[in-house]
Amino acid sequence: MKVSTEWLSDYVSLENVTAEELAEQITRAGIEIDEVEHRNHGISKVVVGYVKSKEKHPDADKLNVCVVDAGQGEDLQIVCGAKNVDAGQKVPVALVGAQLPGGLEIKKAKLRGVASQGMICSAKELGMNDKLLPKEQQEGIFVLEENAEIGTPITSVLGLDDKILDFDLTPNRSDCLSMRGAAYEVAAILGRDVKLPDPERELVEVADAASSHISVQISSPEHCSHYTARYITGVKIAPSPQWMQNRLMAAGVRPINNIVDITNYVMLEYGQPLHAFDADRLTGGAVDVRLAREGETLVTLDGQERKLEPHMLLITDGVKPVGLAGVMGGLDSEVTDSTVNILLESAKFDGGTIRKTSRQLGLRSEASQRFEKEVDPGAVIPALNRAASLIARYCAGTVHKGIVEAGAAQAEEKVIVLSFDKLNRFLGTELSMLEVKTIFGRLHFHAADTAQGILEVQVPTRRGDITKDVDLIEEIARLYGYDNIPTTAIEGPTTPGGYTKPQAIRREIRRLFTHGGWQEVISYSFTHPELAVLFPALTEGSVPVKLSMPMSEERSVLRTSMLPQLLDIAVHNANRKQYDLALFEVGNVFFSQEETLTVQPKELNVLSLLLCGSRGQKQWNHSPEKVDFFDLKGALETLFGDLGLEGAIRYVANQPAGYHPGRSASVYLINGGGEQVLIGTLGQVHPELQQERGLGDVYVAEILLQPLYDHADFDIRYQELPRFPASERDIAVVVDSAVEAGSLLESIREAAGELLQNVQVFDVFTGSKLGEGKKSVAISLVYRHNERTLTDEEVTAAHGGVVSALEQKFQAELRK
Amino acid sequence: MKEKLEALRQEAIAQLNDVADVQTLNDLRVKYLGKKGALTEVLRGMGALSAEERPLIGQVANDVRGAIEGLIESKQQAFQKAETEQRLQAEKVDVTLPGRKMTQGGTHPLNKVIQEIEEIFIGMGYHIAEGPEVETDYYNFEALNLPKNHPARDMQDTFYITEELLMRTQTSPVQIRTMERMEGKVPVKIICPGKVYRRDDDDATHSFQFYQIEGLVIGENIRMSDLKGTLLQFVQEMFGPNTQIRLRPSFFPFTEPSAEVDVTCARCGGSGCRVCKHTGWLEILGCGMVHPEVLRKGGYDPEVHSGFAFGMGPDRIAMLKYGIDDIRHFYGGDVAFLKQFARM
Repeated sequence: MKVSTEWLSDYVSLENVTAEELAEQITRAGIEIDEVEHRNHGISKVVVGYVKSKEKHPDADKLNVCVVDAGQGEDLQIVCGAKNVDAGQKVPVALVGAQLPGGLEIKKAKLRGVASQGMICSAKELGMNDKLLPKEQQEGIFVLEENAEIGTPITSVLGLDDKILDFDLTPNRSDCLSMRGAAYEVAAILGRDVKLPDPERELVEVADAASSHISVQISSPEHCSHYTARYITGVKIAPSPQWMQNRLMAAGVRPINNIVDITNYVMLEYGQPLHAFDADRLTGGAVDVRLAREGETLVTLDGQERKLEPHMLLITDGVKPVGLAGVMGGLDSEVTDSTVNILLESAKFDGGTIRKTSRQLGLRSEASQRFEKEVDPGAVIPALNRAASLIARYCAGTVHKGIVEAGAAQAEEKVIVLSFDKLNRFLGTELSMLEVKTIFGRLHFHAADTAQGILEVQVPTRRGDITKDVDLIEEIARLYGYDNIPTTAIEGPTTPGGYTKPQAIRREIRRLFTHGGWQEVISYSFTHPELAVLFPALTEGSVPVKLSMPMSEERSVLRTSMLPQLLDIAVHNANRKQYDLALFEVGNVFFSQEETLTVQPKELNVLSLLLCGSRGQKQWNHSPEKVDFFDLKGALETLFGDLGLEGAIRYVANQPAGYHPGRSASVYLINGGGEQVLIGTLGQVHPELQQERGLGDVYVAEILLQPLYDHADFDIRYQELPRFPASERDIAVVVDSAVEAGSLLESIREAAGELLQNVQVFDVFTGSKLGEGKKSVAISLVYRHNERTLTDEEVTAAHGGVVSALEQKFQAELRK
Repeated sequence: MKEKLEALRQEAIAQLNDVADVQTLNDLRVKYLGKKGALTEVLRGMGALSAEERPLIGQVANDVRGAIEGLIESKQQAFQKAETEQRLQAEKVDVTLPGRKMTQGGTHPLNKVIQEIEEIFIGMGYHIAEGPEVETDYYNFEALNLPKNHPARDMQDTFYITEELLMRTQTSPVQIRTMERMEGKVPVKIICPGKVYRRDDDDATHSFQFYQIEGLVIGENIRMSDLKGTLLQFVQEMFGPNTQIRLRPSFFPFTEPSAEVDVTCARCGGSGCRVCKHTGWLEILGCGMVHPEVLRKGGYDPEVHSGFAFGMGPDRIAMLKYGIDDIRHFYGGDVAFLKQFARM
């Protein structure tokens, strides 16, 4: 809401406070004002002039030579190029030495040989906003009202001395969508009086009753609680007075004609939207407020045909729709230059109904904005009367006796009980009863202390946002000043804070990976439907959840895996020559089996990894090597070890979709019951997919975190350091290539028994010497007894068992 | 004989003094002190001496041997030292060449900020509460005093999935879920960090996906002054001990009274700069006393319990803290951007 300080000062004194100071005070009291707009964009020495005569320029067809009385003692000769300049007009004249917006200075000049002592200005040259000007003032010089006084500074005639406060209103403060509301707010802040117009006293009616010409009825009372109308005849359509136009423009509303301007003016004044119908275009003359019927249409003021739906509220003339209630009037009953008789409407429509219609039609008007937030039921009739009296005054209208109405104003003032003790307890303040009552007085809320420490506060209907005692507490607090509320510490027992186990594990993952050289990323949760299904292994059977109105196809479904996003990130980085990546992300993927959701999808916490490029940087003393599957697997092994799960994890060769079939695995966790639970996948991205994305070898993994939360073991138990020496034996066997190292190690552990303390593969190779389909695996074994030194015989016996087990199970040949 | 020995001493010392390499030194050692050396040669004549002379000459001979040995020893040490020095010279490295760095990754800047905030509140006795990103209309709006068709719903544009399911636009639903879980018990002291989503065209300061951290405290006598005290303590820990707060009345459907919180500009310390648009203040928090309707929806009686809530945007805080000019960097995964935050 743009609040003109010139207008505002009609209702509340703004003496001794600058617009900027006022803006700051209003902001500190709860309504943000970002900026004070000055309507004067740099005008000086521009005054009202009277064009006494106009002659054609002797040497230029398009120029006129005017003699202008600008109240300067002697007449000025001014050359003017505007088509519409004419003798007898009052016009803005920039005198010699005048400043115009944009730094233009007016000097004595000769135009095609004729001296010119100033300039006659257009509205644009005065820095006025084109869009807000009446059509006839948009081109040529600005023709002023006839009664403008010669020599008066133009800034005062056009309201250009005005400063505008732009109220950035929160949804609850719709009371300040009116000058009246703004006045009460400012008066409360400054502690000054409010004086408002008294429409009932101003209004003069003729004896002929309105009700003998028009009637109104409400067929949908749940959507409209009160509908009032006046009948005004014999209006003369003309521009509205300049002062009114100035105020409308200050508020950002374009002047149109006196009737429309008055309805807009009163809407700005009272916050109550009004509508004027051309009464002679209402076929039946009997207004009926009802819901639209299936298939009905209406051409609105903007010339568009609107298809109406049964939830939309209409104003009809008993025969056809003539307006979309509270949103926009119909074109057919619009006030035009030929309008003589009008039906003036002021009503209270239901906010939700108006909101639904305006949203659905994408039609938001000044009126709908106000109705949506519920207008003041107490302003319906005062606004109607105010507009009627202005129409009588400025449009020569005859106001017929009486208001024709249906429904009733629910305009009783609420009384809210406030405990004085609660107020101070709630805020942590020590306000006195007097201070509290003074603040209510400033707000024009009547407060009476009926019982000990109890206030009964009467809330004016304009403040529909105040319904509870806490709302009153807020009013007290904001006018007392939030800065004056003390700062205290919470009373009562202290509580220990902390992380839950999942939270602690996520932090540990972050610590572990960042310390290991991995960079954390955060990607978007929305993705393309085709990308969403690239890596389905962990969310098998899931249907990607669709947004009902996505912003684009690329971001139209919820991710079921983070790997497609990590691939996108790899591509983004590769395009910037950043090839060596070790990325991780911890986030949610969404799992649902429903095509159309009826319940929330499952949200699975996942750790995702992406590794590509080389290990370490190329440097004078280091030649980087390409990363491979085992860099990725090693990272996971470190993680599982860190969480105390080393022994509980199995890697099984597998071909999950999206992965290289020979270089991928599923990860299982063996839970307490000995069950294998799938918790993740890892491996190289399928080479076709790599190629499609223009990437080299990329390794990715994703791990479900819930099983880790459930099974992670934080219990560290000290183990006595070995007191007896270990015996180390190495063994190299030739086996079929298909034999997995994991199986060899498992057999070794089984065969060696308790003496085997550690076993490790230290070399694997293939070669023609070994024969087709064979590989050599070299394994080192460490034997130790905790209580004594092992004898050579014991070690040899255990080791012999290992060798024969391998020979038997895998037809392993011992290499010498 | 004594003269012979003295002459030998003179000769040996003269020769040893001129020695320049280890080989010559060893040769001289053999020449004078070896089994067939000059000294042995002279001493062979000892047998011809009288019993009185013998010990005297023996003494002289020992002196001569000692002198020669001493000189050889010191020469040898000098050579060794020189040799060591030469070797060390040869082993010199160019200390300006780069070393092998430990590999260091980095936490995402948003998580750095979130973790810092979490730690401060944990220190103040808070727990971290979490909830789903796909929410029901009830938890995201209705339970927060935002019934359907409420004009305040315009404040947030929502990604709907169905009429009843949506991407949460705030982490406040976690507050309701926490209240329900607490079943009316106090105190409640939580913060709720998480991703939220709003239909917004992306630009330098808007992202359809971003983070929020909200806090909720419910107790028997929680006052607005406690809210101010809590926020002051938080911002002083987060932004430095000289940071001040300024509350401005505002509106949120789920709090009453409500406030926007301005914090002393961390860049200029309040003197005014480009970041704070020369006001000295930055708006980074919203807060208020929990609305009685919200308490009721969460299972608390507003006549018995009161509470406060606050919320902030880690994206905005991170942008201010690090001077980042475009919010989209956070979600783009460009390592040239992310690595800048991979340190203390």
